[in-house]
Amino acid sequence: MLDLAYTEPKPKVISGAKGDWELVIGMEVHAQVASKAKLFSGASTEFGAEPNSNVSFVDAAMPGMLPVINEFCVEQAVRTGLGIKAAINLYSAFDRKNYFYPDLPQGYQISQLYHPIVGEGEILVDMEPGVARNVRVERIHLEQDAGKSVHDMDPNMSFVDLNRTGVALMEIVSMPDIRGPEEAAAYLTKMRQILRYLGTCDGNMQNGNMRADVNVSVCPAGQYEKYRETGDFSHLGTRCELKNMNSMRFIQAAIDYEARRQIAILEDGGTIDQETRLYDADKNETRSMRSKEEAQDYRYFPCPDLLPLVIEQSWVDEIKASLPELPDAKKARFVTEFGMTEYDASVLTADVRDAAYFEEVAQGRDGKQAANWVINELFGRLNKAELTIKDSPISADQLGGILDLIAKDEISGKIGKDLFEIVWNEGGDPAKIVEERGMKQVTDTGAIETAVDQIIADNPAQVEKAKQNPKLAGWFVGQVMKATGGKANPKAVNEIVAKKLQD
Amino acid sequence: MSIDKETARRAAYLARIEVKDEDLDALAGELSGILDFMEQLSEVDVEGVEPLTSVTPMNLPMRKDEVTDGYQQDKILANAPDAREGFFAVPKVVE
Repeated sequence: MLDLAYTEPKPKVISGAKGDWELVIGMEVHAQVASKAKLFSGASTEFGAEPNSNVSFVDAAMPGMLPVINEFCVEQAVRTGLGIKAAINLYSAFDRKNYFYPDLPQGYQISQLYHPIVGEGEILVDMEPGVARNVRVERIHLEQDAGKSVHDMDPNMSFVDLNRTGVALMEIVSMPDIRGPEEAAAYLTKMRQILRYLGTCDGNMQNGNMRADVNVSVCPAGQYEKYRETGDFSHLGTRCELKNMNSMRFIQAAIDYEARRQIAILEDGGTIDQETRLYDADKNETRSMRSKEEAQDYRYFPCPDLLPLVIEQSWVDEIKASLPELPDAKKARFVTEFGMTEYDASVLTADVRDAAYFEEVAQGRDGKQAANWVINELFGRLNKAELTIKDSPISADQLGGILDLIAKDEISGKIGKDLFEIVWNEGGDPAKIVEERGMKQVTDTGAIETAVDQIIADNPAQVEKAKQNPKLAGWFVGQVMKATGGKANPKAVNEIVAKKLQD
Repeated sequence: MSIDKETARRAAYLARIEVKDEDLDALAGELSGILDFMEQLSEVDVEGVEPLTSVTPMNLPMRKDEVTDGYQQDKILANAPDAREGFFAVPKVVE
């Protein structure tokens, strides 16, 4: 793969009353595996179902029920690991994380604390063309999701739905390499992009399909570099964890608020308590989440219901061989193969389906022109209609057909845009539409000359003026275009008008 | 290793087991006994011995990604002390 060269972005600096502070951020992304059934049961993972209908006795933790792992979920974790160039652990094991909550019927979450399935990897986080940061990923482990509690249906009761209980999550844990709110959002965007390319997670943040816990700390300039040199976390500030963030906008606001809160405490001579905090979007503030008297104690231990997960290297190799071209490689290829800018390549590769659509249009055609039409006309029109590429009324084949007509000089670019609107609204074969509606460009100079002669004959006064001021020739060109319904080849019209006015 | 009364109280709380105050001393003594036995086991030299995860040589069995279960809301909610509109209804838990 071709690598594009990058420089690292500057860390976000917040000026306090007593000096400058830098942000250090690590993220735990919970990505729901795109499986049909749950991690340890055969119940459906379908979103939005009737409450408690997608629940097996395993999920409800009925006595004597035993978990059996879903092979597809294991495969997706491996696939995701390979997608971020991570080490795959052929031996991994499951542990119980114990805590009490009404939406956790087992009283524990099955997770992988001691032996995760995926080890260290990395993600290149793009900020702008030529600026990106390599963020290290510490690990990915498989775990169960909890159920959903609804607190606003009754003043005195909470309502619990176990449909999500036991759904497979990949927890993707980054190192504290993210250096600002924008970078945090960019990291999540890139993660989502990679997961969607791989097809291992739908990445739908609104459905809670992808959520993040964000660890934020602050430190004076220079401390982070010391940490990177030594690997010693004591060079960094004490962190707080912002739980369950699922909006790019709120993540940035929450990090910014939290960093400023910590700076105010530190500059006041105080210390930061390591704790879990919740972001309140209405008030734009973070608050301590857990009561302090009882510190969390998860009492992890190996899950006695599950044998260690041992997988074969040959299976990992097979999965590796089936990986698609990933965003970084695709972007680099678009730049070199089609000669487009890095910015355009980023836009076209942002979503795997957009990229596939573009490649279909560009196949055997001028790539730069195809990029222009897909980005400016199609994406512009889709945005306006609030549609995604999958619901585009114009197929790649149809758009390609329009480009062919322009390339063959059968229609002008301007008529091409009209044709685009017609195909968008009515569908159909572009070539046929052009034929049937007589939209073909008139390149026959005889026909154009006739039209020019007619307009000259009808407007003697204008002719006199134009002879003194050649700039007025434009008016004749406009009249000819109007008379031919915009179908005359503009270049031919210009030439003929100029020539006739000189006669 | 010795477990004192307060540690026993905390362990009971974490496990949501209600233990009467007068029973805590005895419980602490029993827990200490268990941990003492573990410490005794720790004296065995296991250098180079693979941890035994199963007494029968077998791998973790896996299932296919197929929906084979669920769609039994009535049964899932059958034992609930309170259920409304398809949900379990529990005392308010929001902090």
